[in-house]
Amino acid sequence: MSQQKPQTVQTTGHVWDEDLQEYNNPLPSWWLMGFYASVIMSIIYWMIYPAWPVGKNFTTGFSTVTYVNDKGAEKSSHWNTRAQLMKDMNDAEKMQKPYFDKVTATPFEQIAKDPELTAFVNSAGKAIFADNCAPCHQAGGQGKIGFFPNLTDDDWLYGGSHDKIQESISKGRMGYMPAFKEVLNNEQLDNLANYVASLSGEKADSAKVKAGDALFHGAAAACYYCHDNSGKGRQIIGSANLTDKIWLWADVPAQENAEKKIEVIRQVIANGLSRGVMPSWDERLKPEQVKLLTAYVHGLGGGSK
Amino acid sequence: MFNFKHEWIEKNVGLMLIATMIAISIGGLVEIAPLFFIKETVEKVDGVRPYTPLESRGRDIYVREGCYLCHSQMIRPFRDEALRYGHYSLAAESKYDHPFQWGSKRTGPDLARVGNKYSNDWHVQHLIDPKSMVPPSVMPRYPWLMTTALDYSDMAERLMALRQVGVPYSLTQGEYDRNVKDFGAEVAQTLHIPDAQKNLIAQAQAGNFDGDRSNVSEMDAVVAYLQVLGTMVDFSKYDNDEFVKFR
Repeated sequence: MSQQKPQTVQTTGHVWDEDLQEYNNPLPSWWLMGFYASVIMSIIYWMIYPAWPVGKNFTTGFSTVTYVNDKGAEKSSHWNTRAQLMKDMNDAEKMQKPYFDKVTATPFEQIAKDPELTAFVNSAGKAIFADNCAPCHQAGGQGKIGFFPNLTDDDWLYGGSHDKIQESISKGRMGYMPAFKEVLNNEQLDNLANYVASLSGEKADSAKVKAGDALFHGAAAACYYCHDNSGKGRQIIGSANLTDKIWLWADVPAQENAEKKIEVIRQVIANGLSRGVMPSWDERLKPEQVKLLTAYVHGLGGGSK
Repeated sequence: MFNFKHEWIEKNVGLMLIATMIAISIGGLVEIAPLFFIKETVEKVDGVRPYTPLESRGRDIYVREGCYLCHSQMIRPFRDEALRYGHYSLAAESKYDHPFQWGSKRTGPDLARVGNKYSNDWHVQHLIDPKSMVPPSVMPRYPWLMTTALDYSDMAERLMALRQVGVPYSLTQGEYDRNVKDFGAEVAQTLHIPDAQKNLIAQAQAGNFDGDRSNVSEMDAVVAYLQVLGTMVDFSKYDNDEFVKFR
């Protein structure tokens, strides 16, 4: 079209390379209308939302947000992202409240029997678990040998009942075992390691087992004091059951022969443990979230009565 | 009469460059400059203190290793972030950060409230080999933190530099007394520059962040820093809408 009436369009007057000129075509009217519309929009925007600084303050706009804070007080503020967040949280809580109320009001045994509530526990619990627990206990709760306990088996350091799991989550745990290299010599450590290996049916030297047995139940090492006479541990203090084949700190299953299995056990006895720290989640999670998480963890497969 | 022509700018690259910079800086200045004058930008809140010498060295290593390239330290006031990371970040919480570590990209998660979330043991193992703790992680390994002794010979000079830009580390008795008033005696002691090395060693020994008390490693410093992130303000002391009024 422009080719039909080139004479009527003026040039910008710029001349490059002697004869190169530029047409001064007007902007299309649809574009100009859009431009002016956006200018008008921005003025409306300034009136609605916080916009211009004025000295030590700023124009707040006439849009408001109404929300309820954690003290139950209804408040209103000029629109800002923090007030909007309060409202978003209010709205989401309102939607989840019937479910969380039900979780709070229902005893654990009943939650498992209610399909709708179980579905909620599994979906909401999975999200809370993924954000907070999975970095240590891994995505499926399988734990990590040498670091963090498995939550899906039926072996529990501090107990696998709902109450005990809830206590572990809300208050945290602090596992500790003294370093026995400070009170026992190498031979004694070796004997003890053989005895501990034998408790769960691993191959061990029978003479050393006998000597280790005496140490375990005697005054010098006094292992029985925490791990019980039976070696089955005491959940009240979180000491490990040494008679099952489940290991947390010493990676026994991964070792290829009996000698190495005993060596990793010996290492734990010699160096002790101060790493078994589970943080307290009371400050980060609400009580109803802890309860929901308890039901979720219990339901991972290893929970007991 | 002065007759302006486009042609001058279009034909002169130097002039074009200067004009472009002026146009862009106006855009930035009108957004940033007012924040220095609006009185509510930095919230009034208890608990925020400068980093101890050990935490400060940990922060230096955080910067050295470029952690900020993948991790932000800025929880925005959105519901999804509040649910995952916790309370949104306050301007006051990074008022002693020079430079701040807000970051602009999240390849990894936000770290603004990672303090006290995991055990020291977790952090140590995770920094040595992230995949061993979080299998799908793409974070690189930082095993040398564990084997490299922390250089704290210039601790006092580092704190002096921060003091120059306004962080209240104390040098004189008068400044120390002011810190006792502002932060309490316990914190004020950790901010005293003449005791910087002594304080650093004492905190590393007491905290035993890397699980090895025999020396002060870079791991000690980094974990001490990570464990304090976002923990200074006790939000349970405030209503959950306390900080709305500052915006």
